[in-house]
Amino acid sequence: MMLYVRLFLEFFRAGLFAIGGGMATVPFLQDISRRTGWYTAKDLADMIAVSESTPGPIGVNMATYVGFKTASGQIGSFAGILGAIVATAALVTPSVIIILIIAKFLEKFRDNRYVNAAMYGLRAASVALISAAGISIVLISIFQISSIGEWRKAVFDWRCLVLGAVLLILTRMVPKVKDLHPVIFIAASALAGIAMGL
Amino acid sequence: MFEETDPERADIQTEPFYHQGCFMIYWDLFCTFARVGVLTFGGGYAMLPILEREVVEKKKWVTEEEIMDYYAIGQCTPGVIAVNTATFTGRRIAGTGGAIVATAGVVFPSIIIITIIAALISGFAKLRVVQEALAGIRVCVCVLIFNAVYKMWKKAVVDKVTLVMYLLILIAAVFFNASPVLTVVLAAAAGILVKGRKTV
Repeated sequence: MMLYVRLFLEFFRAGLFAIGGGMATVPFLQDISRRTGWYTAKDLADMIAVSESTPGPIGVNMATYVGFKTASGQIGSFAGILGAIVATAALVTPSVIIILIIAKFLEKFRDNRYVNAAMYGLRAASVALISAAGISIVLISIFQISSIGEWRKAVFDWRCLVLGAVLLILTRMVPKVKDLHPVIFIAASALAGIAMGL
Repeated sequence: MFEETDPERADIQTEPFYHQGCFMIYWDLFCTFARVGVLTFGGGYAMLPILEREVVEKKKWVTEEEIMDYYAIGQCTPGVIAVNTATFTGRRIAGTGGAIVATAGVVFPSIIIITIIAALISGFAKLRVVQEALAGIRVCVCVLIFNAVYKMWKKAVVDKVTLVMYLLILIAAVFFNASPVLTVVLAAAAGILVKGRKTV
């Protein structure tokens, strides 16, 4: 029971403070993993991959995944389903409340000077937080260290570096290929991982 | 006169729906947004064209302009963009109940699909092949996050102030594990301090 309450509170917080779309949830999920130890940084990278390559909004998918994994890991797989529902409900509750309030004075909200000024700061914060989350996912996935302080122990696996470089070129520079859906790159990298025996 | 049932429903305008508040509209909302949830593949930005097709063109519940407004506000309110937009549209169609039903609809497919996948992955995670595949996928996730950051960066880091904020927050988060909640609150306050004055 306590676990569900904690799940709810953690995801309520994430839903309330993550601004700017699916990836904005990632820094909050990382914060949750640091404080609770429910899942590792490696698990988080897998969750992002699953969320990106399945139907549904990314933030919602991640909440469902974390809720399921946490509750099923600690109680049992049936409890996992309830965990998934609790985490997802918690993530969307702040949205519903805030939207219901804002909807009453829609025009005023959009043109409000303070709202726009806050957004100016929030957008920068959101990109910075996602960048930081991205850096730690790079550290764990490519260099296999959990923080930048461990740089001496970093592993330089050329296969990961080459795969990363190839993907970067494909998704950024090659015309037509770069517009393909992320799920195609995810599937290709899975095959590449198997082929190279990562 | 009872012949005009299902095929005609799409043509009924928003107003009667809104005032009726009957059970059918909730069911209809749930199904429509569940379909939007299934078809949204890869995050909030992929949702807009699908939402337009389902809610504006097929159901004619709201206008194109309204959807754009809801989407714009969904981006600058807390939470997942797709969920915010669904809540907004649901409220416009059937009030508070509609908002809740539309939100439940849009997350419903995720709960089912992700639960199945999560259960399968934890069953297969020990296999060598699965581990190798996941190691490859993790590299891809790094690239996807980089691309998302690159796209957002252009809209967010627009002048010296935002550049300084970006760097400070990045350093605080990477080296000192700064709390994201505190960061978000401070950033909003900083934005209001810098841009909120009357001169704008």
